[in-house]
Amino acid sequence: MSDDLTQLTIKEASRLLRLGSISSADLVTAHVQRIERVDPKVKAFLRFTPEVWERQANEADRRIREGTAPPLAGIPLAVKDVLCVRGVETTAGSKILGGFKPPYTATAVQRLFDAGALMIGVTNCDEFAMGSSTENSGYFPTHNPWDLDRVPGGSSGGSAAAVASGEAIIGLGTDTGGSIRQPAALCGVVGMKPTYGRVSRYGLIAFASSLDQIGPFTRSVDDAAIVLSLMAGFDPLDATSSNRAPMEVLNNFGGGVSGMRLGVPREYYDVKGIEPGVKAAIDAALLILRRQGAEIVDVSLPHTDYGLAAYYIIAPAECSSNLARYDGVRFGMSDDDAPNITEQYTQVRRKGFGAEVRRRIMLGTYALSTGYYDAFYLKAQKVRTLIKRDFDAAFEKCDAIVSATSPTVAFPIGSKTQDPLSMYLCDVLTLGGNLAGLPGISVPCGTSDGLPVGLQVLGPQWGENLVLRVARAYEQASEIHAEVADVV
Amino acid sequence: MSSSWEVVIGMEVHVQPKTRSKMFCGCSIAELNDPPNTHVCEVCLGLPGVLPVINRAAVEAGLKTALALKCEIPQHTKFDRKNYMYPDLPKGYQISQYDLPMSINGSLDVDERRVRIRRVHLEEDTGKLVHAGDKLHKAWESFVDLNRAGVPLMEIVSEPDLRSAEEARDYAMELQTLLRTIGASNADMEKGQMRAEPNISIRRAGSNELGVKTELKNINSFRALYRAIGYEVERQKKLLEDGGAVVQETRGWSEPEQRTFSQRSKEFAEDYRYFPEPDLPPLELERAWIEELRAGLPELPSVRRARLLEQLPARQVAVIGGDRYLADLYETTVAKGAPASSTANWIVNEVAPTGKLPSPDYLYELMQMLQQGNVTRDQAREVQMESIETGRSPAEIVAEHGFTQVSDEAELRVLAEAVIDANPKAAADYRSGKKQAMQALMADLRKRAPQANPKVANELLLKLLA
Repeated sequence: MSDDLTQLTIKEASRLLRLGSISSADLVTAHVQRIERVDPKVKAFLRFTPEVWERQANEADRRIREGTAPPLAGIPLAVKDVLCVRGVETTAGSKILGGFKPPYTATAVQRLFDAGALMIGVTNCDEFAMGSSTENSGYFPTHNPWDLDRVPGGSSGGSAAAVASGEAIIGLGTDTGGSIRQPAALCGVVGMKPTYGRVSRYGLIAFASSLDQIGPFTRSVDDAAIVLSLMAGFDPLDATSSNRAPMEVLNNFGGGVSGMRLGVPREYYDVKGIEPGVKAAIDAALLILRRQGAEIVDVSLPHTDYGLAAYYIIAPAECSSNLARYDGVRFGMSDDDAPNITEQYTQVRRKGFGAEVRRRIMLGTYALSTGYYDAFYLKAQKVRTLIKRDFDAAFEKCDAIVSATSPTVAFPIGSKTQDPLSMYLCDVLTLGGNLAGLPGISVPCGTSDGLPVGLQVLGPQWGENLVLRVARAYEQASEIHAEVADVV
Repeated sequence: MSSSWEVVIGMEVHVQPKTRSKMFCGCSIAELNDPPNTHVCEVCLGLPGVLPVINRAAVEAGLKTALALKCEIPQHTKFDRKNYMYPDLPKGYQISQYDLPMSINGSLDVDERRVRIRRVHLEEDTGKLVHAGDKLHKAWESFVDLNRAGVPLMEIVSEPDLRSAEEARDYAMELQTLLRTIGASNADMEKGQMRAEPNISIRRAGSNELGVKTELKNINSFRALYRAIGYEVERQKKLLEDGGAVVQETRGWSEPEQRTFSQRSKEFAEDYRYFPEPDLPPLELERAWIEELRAGLPELPSVRRARLLEQLPARQVAVIGGDRYLADLYETTVAKGAPASSTANWIVNEVAPTGKLPSPDYLYELMQMLQQGNVTRDQAREVQMESIETGRSPAEIVAEHGFTQVSDEAELRVLAEAVIDANPKAAADYRSGKKQAMQALMADLRKRAPQANPKVANELLLKLLA
């Protein structure tokens, strides 16, 4: 019984809760028991928040009894460690923020709390969301629930693994270059990155401000749509958030793909290093979509090769500035013995930041420096414009773009940590969507060697409904659903 | 020798616009002596995950200032990050404007000189450090007060068009008058609402090349501005005349020592790594808003001053035309029918020094009483003070104090005779031709009867002594 309760979608759990078959206390208990059994192996969570979920579960049960339950009443939620929650230690996976308890809650999280979700805990991630494997966490690596010797992807690996291993029904992640979609693919769950500006970034500990977006991990496309529609919408605290109606993400998303044109970018289809098993899974997915009445068209994103380089200049440049505030003066790690301020900065930042974070701060600082700005940062911004134009041109020929989410399935822990460049290549199919600010989703599309493969759908700006529509049509027709791993 | 040098000065002036809240968050603006860190929130503390939101009132003040300085306002403007780490800068970067400022290419006329304005842009202030011991690097303990962190600032940058310490000071004063007139800022230097940083270089008269410049900081008054530039010009002259060279650097002004000292030379200049602030979308300034602000600007000080000069002497215009509120008071009171020259005289001598403004209605009433000889000047001053304090009308106060002046000749004749009787020596002196003896007689008369109309009493004494 209790394991069954940890395999539900939002829709299924809500039905049981509303029918009175279970209480949210039952649902939480089932998840806690599941966590006790599997999390010592998966290590998806950094911290648990019983003081939060107990209060929220009581409130959910009360409102369910009164018949005034909000849409997510009683649904267990796992929150990535970069999203601030009032009074809950939030560290961005970094030692430098050890002990930091924000006095505010991220808008997106607050909106899910207001919708009745209950927070199970804080999930592991690559430090400051910089990484594609969750191995860069300042605390410990997270393991892939399908094969504990492999990575869950990253940077939102903890939230993806939590949903994939039955530890939460919703996971929240952030996606700067693929950090939701790639771990969703590697863990076999649904993961969605909204259009830049769709969800408020207030309370999201910034990695790269012009690229970061918050999105959900779920076990179905419907669930992703529900969570996104509840998080979306203008926030007066985020000047980059859009005032478009949050519910427009749901417009006609059940309409199927018949008559839709789906573009397959040849640069993505034949991307260097794509595994044959991944390619086979994508071919099978394309066949299913074609059978549903979609027209598969060939499109081109000619500047794809430059995207990776541009991304690894723009994102570090912004991070070098965003991370300047970690100086040990006002919060987090400090060094009381430092003889002067320079030494304090040096010691705190050397001890507090991991190698990858320091590498990116240095890359970004260099790219913005006098004499290098034009050659690096400015040029990267120009490439970014070209990439946006590539997508604009592609969307004249198709309604949405489909591809693999990741060129590979989950790789063994430790296999890429000594080679940053090979790790950076994990994002090659996803980061274009961030540079262009587009909505994208990854849905499970079978396996390769027993490991999950993800199908990525990208849409034009504000085209979440199209992305969800294609993903949902595929999910329905393929009968491939996100499953909960046994964890052995 | 020294007459062969030409002084070249450009000014960077930081002004705090009049707003209720900070530049990018809702925190209220602290008063000078508020306890440290009492006007702070997660945004201006630079906590993780927070975002800035632009204060519309600050943009409005910036636009009004730019318009009053005849600047061009481009369609697009944006904010940039200026990156450097210092404990008074919570985010490790200052949000400022770099290559697309909100306004460019204006001018301000100061006396006969037209000073070109390069740009007016918006940014945020930093916090304040208090050290136990010497400066930051040598202090054994330092305290950070972030009340000022995130307070809006307008930076007004001039071209190097000023040619003396006096011109630079007059430029700053004219700017203050302008900012107060349009209501953009109180621009009080002592309160740090206006900070002037002159860039100074000298060159041989007739040369078109600019010399090496130094930038002066820590200037807290117009007087300090004048003196600091004077000191710096002499320092540079001496250096060059002795065969040395000026080093490009930032120098501080020490008020107690009355000298400038080296703070930071260009060799150690920071690379600020400016780049567009990704947390704020580019600002599209609506033309309609700009035109509305332009139309709403009050008459600018230079225009008003020209008009006042047609009625009043330059000495009085310097005071009245330098303050929008004094000028408004003058013009409204005169429009009610008060005499121009005595009203101006009263405002210059009895209103301006007090810093407190009577209402035009009450000032008109007071001017009437003075003109009709109903109160003495001393009494009028007292009445004005009480009226401002209590809000009551001068007529009421005069009636209550029995101040009303006695001008009745029959009544005053008795008094005048008594004064002559009581001062036989003074009376005799006057009669023998010592005209100044009249002063002693008048003084005694005023002592006996303060409410006596001095003009009538004086005439009576003259008549009686004739």
